[in-house]
Order: sequence, then C-alpha cells, then structure tokens
Amino acid sequence: MLEIKNLHARVEGNEILKGVDLTINAGEIHSIMGPNGSGKSTLAQVLAGHEAFEVTEGSITYNGKDLLDMAPDERAAEGVFLAFQYPVEIPGVSNTQFLHAAVNAQRKYRGQDDIDAIEFLKLTKETRNLVKIDEKLLSRSVNEGFSGGEKKRHEVYQMAVLEPKLAILDETDSGLDIDALRVVAQGVNSLRSPERAFLIITHYQRLLEYVVPDFVHVLYRGRIVKSGDKQLALQLEDKGYQWIEEEARAATV
Amino acid sequence: MTTMDTQQAIEQLASRKYKEGWVTDIESESLPPGLNEDVVRAISGKKNEPAWLTEWRLKAYRHWTTMTQPTWPFLPYGYGPIDYQGVSYYSAPKQDKDQLKSLDEVDPKLLETYAKLGIPLEEQKMLAGVAVDAVFDSVSVATTFKGKLAELGIVFCSFSEAVQSHPELIQKYLGSVVPYSDNFFATLNSAVFSDGSFVYVPKGVRCPMELSTYFRINAANTGQFERTLIVADEGAYVSYLEGCTAPMRDENQLHAAVVELVALKDSRIKYSTIQNWYPGDENGRGGIYNFVTKRAACRGEDSHVSWTQVETGSAITWKYPSVILQGDRSVGEFYSVALTNNMQQADTGTKMIHIGKNTKSTIISKGISAGRGHNTYRGEVKVLRKADNARNYTQCDSMLIGDKCGAHTFPYIDVKNPTAHVEHEATTSKIGEDQLFYCKQRGINEEDAVSLIVNGFCKQVFSELPMEFAVEANKLLSVSLEGSVG
Repeated sequence: MLEIKNLHARVEGNEILKGVDLTINAGEIHSIMGPNGSGKSTLAQVLAGHEAFEVTEGSITYNGKDLLDMAPDERAAEGVFLAFQYPVEIPGVSNTQFLHAAVNAQRKYRGQDDIDAIEFLKLTKETRNLVKIDEKLLSRSVNEGFSGGEKKRHEVYQMAVLEPKLAILDETDSGLDIDALRVVAQGVNSLRSPERAFLIITHYQRLLEYVVPDFVHVLYRGRIVKSGDKQLALQLEDKGYQWIEEEARAATV
Repeated sequence: MTTMDTQQAIEQLASRKYKEGWVTDIESESLPPGLNEDVVRAISGKKNEPAWLTEWRLKAYRHWTTMTQPTWPFLPYGYGPIDYQGVSYYSAPKQDKDQLKSLDEVDPKLLETYAKLGIPLEEQKMLAGVAVDAVFDSVSVATTFKGKLAELGIVFCSFSEAVQSHPELIQKYLGSVVPYSDNFFATLNSAVFSDGSFVYVPKGVRCPMELSTYFRINAANTGQFERTLIVADEGAYVSYLEGCTAPMRDENQLHAAVVELVALKDSRIKYSTIQNWYPGDENGRGGIYNFVTKRAACRGEDSHVSWTQVETGSAITWKYPSVILQGDRSVGEFYSVALTNNMQQADTGTKMIHIGKNTKSTIISKGISAGRGHNTYRGEVKVLRKADNARNYTQCDSMLIGDKCGAHTFPYIDVKNPTAHVEHEATTSKIGEDQLFYCKQRGINEEDAVSLIVNGFCKQVFSELPMEFAVEANKLLSVSLEGSVG
C-alpha cells in the first residue's frame, strides 16, 4: 500500500528526514517510536502533504501512485488520514459542519453524490457511540475550548467516520488518561481490517498494549535504525533509547 | 479688465447659462446631464409632487451647492473625481424596447456568477434587465403579498407612490432622521432622489412576512439616489430586506442612498442588507461608489432597531448605519460583515447615540480583507449627559487573507455620563496555514476551506439574518472570495 524509499525532507533549511525506508501493506499496523526530535512528526506531515516540509530526495508510492505528486486534499480523498498531534481551532464552524463538509468533499472526489445533513447524522450515529463522543461537543466550534483529551477523541471520531485506507496517528495517545486511551484504542481496533493500514506514532508503548502492532520501528536522527515486533516496544519502554543510540553510532562508525 | 467689465462679463455668463438651461418637458423620458434648480423642479414635477416637497428638494439643493465632497474616509487608493454635472438625474423606467431580449445578450461573466449563486432563470432575467414573461412568479407573489398587507393596514409601496397616497406620513417623517442638510451625499440625495421604498406598520401590527424590495413591483430601476423610509408605529414589528446576493447590472457609478427608520414606542425594526454591486475588476477599474446614509431613530420607549449588513460589492463602500437611542430602554444593534477583495475599499461602521436612560447598544463588526483590499471599521459610541446606565458592547474582528491587504479600526468613544458602561473588543487574525492544512487533510480543497473558515468567522452576524438570506450570504462570500488564495 505504502512504499517509502530513501525519503529526505527538510523544514526551514534543516534536514530532518535523512533517508527513511518503510513499506506498509494493507491490513498491517506499524508503530513508529523514537526520542524527541527524531523526525516522527515530520514523517507524518510529509505523508499528509504539509507544504512547510520540503522533500529533497526519495519517493513515496501509495497504492501505485506517486503520493508526493498529490495535493493534500487529494491524498485525503484517496484515503490518507492524519490524526493531528495538535488539532487546530476553527471558530464559528461546528464540528458536525466541518466533518459533513469533509465527507462530502471526499464523496465528490470519488464521484458520489452529496449526502444531506440528516443522512449525515444517521450515518455517524454508530460512530458517535463507538468513540463515546458527546453530541454537545460536536455542535461546538471545531476544537475550540476542547481539552487535550477531547481534541484527540475528536480526531479518532473523524477517522472513524472518514474510514481512511491509511490512518496515521501522530501521538494521539499523548496526554490521555487511561479511559480516553481505551476509547482511542477501541476506535482504532474497530477500524482494523485487511484493507486498512495504520501508522501509529507514539512515545510510549502504553497504547500498544491496547492496539497490538505488527511492526515496531525506531526512528532515530531521521532514519529508521531498528525494526521488530511488539517486543521491541517493550524493550524500549524498559531500557529507553540509549542502547539504540549506541547501536546506531556503532553502525555508522 | 475693469471692475465694470468683470461685472458685465459675469452677468453675461449668468444670463447665458440661464438661457441655455433647458425647458422642462414633462413628457420626456429622461433629463439631460447636469444639476441645477430647474433639474430639481423637473424631477419633482415629473413625480407630480406637492409643493412642500419641491421646496424641500430645493432647500436641499441650495444647501448642497455650499458643501464640498468630504475626504475623511480611509481610502488608500483614493477615488476618481465625480462629475456631478455629467450625471443625468432622472430617467424614466426602462421600456420593453430598451431591454435585452434574452439572456444570450447578457455578459457571460454575469451569467456565470448567477449560476454559481444558484439563481433561477427567471430571476436572472429580471436582475440582468432582460424582459420577463408576463407570468412571472415574483410578480404574482407580490400581488398576493400586497393584499395580505393591506388587510393589516400595512403600507408597503414605492416612495413615489407613497407621496401620492400617504402625503401626510411622508411630510411628517421625511428628513426627520436624516435632515436634508445632513451631509454632502445625503443632501444631494434629498435634492434629487429618484425613488425607493416606503413602509408604514400601524399600531400593534406585527408584519407577518419579511418585506423585501425584491418583491415590490417596480423595484427595478429605483436609480442611484434611492430613498427609503420605514415607520413602525407603537408596538409594531417589521423585518425588511434590502438588496439581494446577485450582482445587478448597473451603469451608474455613484450610488448615494438614504434610509431613514423611525421606531415608535415598543416597536421593533429589523433591517437587513446584502450589498453586492459591481466591485470593479482586479485592477480597480470601474465599480460602484456606494456612499449611503442610513440612520434610525428609536423615538419611543422600549423601541428596538437592528441593522444587519453583508457588504461584499462596490469599489468603495462608505456607510455607517446608525441608531439614535432617544426613548428610555431603547435598543440599537449593528451586525456587519464587510468583505474587500482585489482593489475594493470599505470604510464602514456605525454610530450609537445614547440619549435616553437605560439604553443599550451592541456592535458586532467582521471585516475580511483579501487581495489588495482595504477594510476599515469606523464607529462612534456617544453617551449623552442624561443617558443614565447606558450600555454598549462593541466587538470588531478583522481577518486578513494574504499579505497585500489591510484592516483598520477607528473606534470613537464619547461618554458624558459616569454611569455608562462601554466595552470595546477588537481582534485581527490571519487565516492560518495550519487551519487551511487541517481542512485540506480532511479532503476539503483550498477554496472551500477558505470559505468555510471565513463563514465561521462571520457566523455571529449571519445568525442575525433571516434564514434564507443567511444561506445566500454564505454562498455570496464564497463567490466573492474566489481567486483570493493560491
């Protein structure tokens, strides 16, 4: 589904990604871990198409297409979803209005007819229950005055409604209490399917207790330096990143 | 040249000018360009106005000749000189023979805009000045409306009609809110006003429908000097809609309208405007100068006036719908969205003048600047000595799209009573890259994302508009913003 080859990217002149290689197949859950500043969020933003990040080398193929050649809204309509680490506020636009607009935009891209507000509410009812999102929250402006947990839950809700093919979660678990974390995990697990892939960026293996990844990768200084299964996450939790750093340094010497 | 010679020359010139002044031909279709007392008399004569009204127009004209065009608005691009003698001040309603025969003759660009706004074909014809079929929905609708209104004693007709049918009301209220000597453009309007609307809602009557110029027969061609007068008698209620979202074909550059609202005891007037006159091209060529005087008098106790405006058109918009809060506990409100794109300039706001006790005013202004547009909020809150416990809340927000536009705020606060409570909040924001990216990541394209964000920004104002108008306003903003990003 996704093939990243030798990806180099920079922001404001600083090279952050220095040759990332990663292949994700449909049905798989990949987790990316790594210390602060290793390039995890940059990778997420590059995949989603943020213009502030410049790709200087390498390629990304998504379902046979050149992802880097597509505008951010095209990528979204083709099924790439990013749950933001810091979701932005849009005053005066209700969450429902926003998501309804997004659903219709994606339908339009796929050549489907618009769905009206009533259909939309029907369609989203089950999902609302699944992620336990408060109706009142949805009538408020997009992310305005939301707590950290509410913002993350709202991201997962949007993901569940939009049913992406490739879902990227950028530290969605950060700052969540155990209940919110369970809800997020439940959202992800309910979407798990042979056609869908996940890329979960996280600092902690906590979320991975609830969402069991097929692969765990360590991103360090802009490269994936180690890959393994969920055992690797436990190891990292246990031993920290230092041994990875040492290994990496030894490898480059 | 001796003094004597000079004197003679002047006299000669004066008499020659007089000789050349044309003789009024009541039957003729329009007057030749130019403005003098004869023109004013001719306009009044064509409309068969009573002598007092002719005199009133003349007083206004004479006063106007002593005035100079004001220069105080904030218009960084300035505006071309207006040749007041080059304008024809009267033209009879267009006859069928002048009208275009089909939409094929209309500027395709205009048609494109109509299509984007989703305006039905028959309405497009009316707006573009194409002759419409004899059976036209809005005409028959208007007739039905008129019957209903008449049953309730509500007068809703063209200003000229009202001068004939209700001269006593016109004489009582015309110029009572905006005197003929008020300002350069209002004074000019008083001298030469062409037509407009008149509404009178009698005591205790709640007008059961939104009154709209759109539904008034003969609404087309009210000309560039429109005059509107709305009177709500004690306990009455009326909601009035001016304009429509569709850009109308218009060859007049200067529009100097006057709107007067009179709210008596316990009455309420809600006045909503959508202004979408031709804004000129990307380089600021052409476009309407929209210099309007709008003022309301809350004359009675507990009266209530709210102005809501969505201003997206015109090369220059220069207007301050105001409320004079005379009656105790009267309430004035001003909700405004002004959008400037390309080279458009807007200097708009309001005046709230607190005279009565426990009077209250609210001002919500949303300015959006895109392209190279400049948007200015100018507002005055005045609390007079006797206005105990006056309250005002002002919120002015500006949004910038791109980096070549400007937003400016000039609030004036003048408080003479220590019990007053005046609040002013102002914000300026730029449409954020992060907001746009968030929308795009969900599949919404850039243009739709901008209009979504802008419409959100304007929500407080749009929620004051009648439902259908609000939906149209949403679409209008999107169309007006086209090409402002990317």
